[in-house]
Amino acid sequence: MNSQLRLYCDTAQLSDLRQFLEAILKQTQLSEVEQHQVILAVEEVCANMIIHSHDCNSKEFIDLNVISSQSMLVFEIVDFGEGFNILEYQEPEISQVIKSKRKGGIGIILVKRIMDKIEFESFENKNVCRLYKNLNSK
Amino acid sequence: MLNIEKQIENESWVLKLTGEIDASNSVELDAAMSQVVENGAKIILIDCSGLEYISSAGLGVFMSYLEEFEENNIKMAIYALKEKVFQVFHILGLDQLITIKHTKEEALEG
Repeated sequence: MNSQLRLYCDTAQLSDLRQFLEAILKQTQLSEVEQHQVILAVEEVCANMIIHSHDCNSKEFIDLNVISSQSMLVFEIVDFGEGFNILEYQEPEISQVIKSKRKGGIGIILVKRIMDKIEFESFENKNVCRLYKNLNSK
Repeated sequence: MLNIEKQIENESWVLKLTGEIDASNSVELDAAMSQVVENGAKIILIDCSGLEYISSAGLGVFMSYLEEFEENNIKMAIYALKEKVFQVFHILGLDQLITIKHTKEEALEG
């Protein structure tokens, strides 16, 4: 089954994203805690794009496609522009984040710890980030 | 939606968070925290019984105060986290760096 959502680049849209994901995840056998984590991981990537790749310009958008099968969920996040390569991003150490009193930088750590596989590809102006969650993993 | 109620009880400030914290409203948490610090709070208790969701933007706010609290001997404790929200702290190991308790009484004991 496939579901799509277009998110305009405004952080106020994040609650709509959560509702959209919640409806999809409710139909899986993931526990409440796991559903919550998957919602968080997808939101972290989208929030990152909205804020850093698109400067919260609400005229721009990102597209989310969710492809669900019995064994796997794939979250495909598409945007146009410079792109944010999540695979090349070097996450900071938590201790460094605390020391520097910075308020960002930890979202991608969450994504990498929650999801089972992450892909990023960029072609011309189009960027695709795919987050995979196995439904049979424990 | 995030609602923050601030209350002073004896010598502790209690911040009751209700709703969801994400990148759109984490500044509200930051503002509330800095306000209680400016008011000279030495003990800050965060009641999360009504908190349904927190993203890295919200976690980052708590983390950004840890050094300052340590330097100025300000005690902060979070309590009554729902399991799904607690797990987000746990994934990052923040449950080892921030005092997290089940009840307000435990939080007061440190």
